[in-house]
Amino acid sequence: MGDFLVWVVWFLAAGGCLATGVAVVSLTNPFYSALALIGNLAALAVFYLLLSAEFLAAAQVLVYAGSVMVMFLFVVAYLGGRADAPWAGGPPLLRLAAIVAAAALLVEVVVVLGLAWGDDLRGAAEITDTFGSPGSIGELFLTDHLLAFEITSIVLLVAAVGGVVLGTTPEKKDEEAG
Amino acid sequence: MQGPGIGWYVIVAAILFGTGALGVMLRRSPLIVLLSLELMLNAANLTLIAFARQQGSLDGQIFALAVMAVAAAEVAIGLGLIVAMARRGVALDVDQAQALKG
Repeated sequence: MGDFLVWVVWFLAAGGCLATGVAVVSLTNPFYSALALIGNLAALAVFYLLLSAEFLAAAQVLVYAGSVMVMFLFVVAYLGGRADAPWAGGPPLLRLAAIVAAAALLVEVVVVLGLAWGDDLRGAAEITDTFGSPGSIGELFLTDHLLAFEITSIVLLVAAVGGVVLGTTPEKKDEEAG
Repeated sequence: MQGPGIGWYVIVAAILFGTGALGVMLRRSPLIVLLSLELMLNAANLTLIAFARQQGSLDGQIFALAVMAVAAAEVAIGLGLIVAMARRGVALDVDQAQALKG
């Protein structure tokens, strides 16, 4: 029974995940596109929970859906009508090439998966209850992955400084052009 | 592990990655391109976490967390660029932003 319920939840999450993914790419209004991405992040958080990544599921909803996407929606609202993204693609050849390239990527992954299907992809390691808990993640971050942790903070600092630099008022002549 | 095996998660991640790649290549609006990039990053995250579960090692989750931080930084810079483009009167079209000058 528990197994069946997990499958049901999995299919709901997968359906939501793929549907919102297509919506993100295909909608012409970036506001709705961003809202669809929030739905996508929520569906992915369900996957993370099924994969015993509790802390990442929480971080996904809080950091991604909570703050990053709110920032995104702010910018879309700030841009107003200029943000509209009608389906004016490039030259037809370019569009065709894009579809072929994306399909090739997909086929590649499917072929590799097909080759590895079987015991390699079915089994899962035995894990303890603390797998993926904030405590165990934090412990790893402050022991084995301390360098990555520190570098991440520097990356975020650089991004914050870059955002401020990009956001400063442009020179006078540029303002007139705009 | 109850429910679907790791392969199923990886298939969803692959389709999601393909969708995102399609969006990046097909759409002209930098906002949508940025959102499609997020899709691709999240698909990669899903694979990392799925294989972390399969291996029973938390390293994959740490990696996914680092990817999330990089994605947040990328969105901040990308949105800064888009706002700067809009304020300078450049059309919000990735095909028209061809020169790296103000």
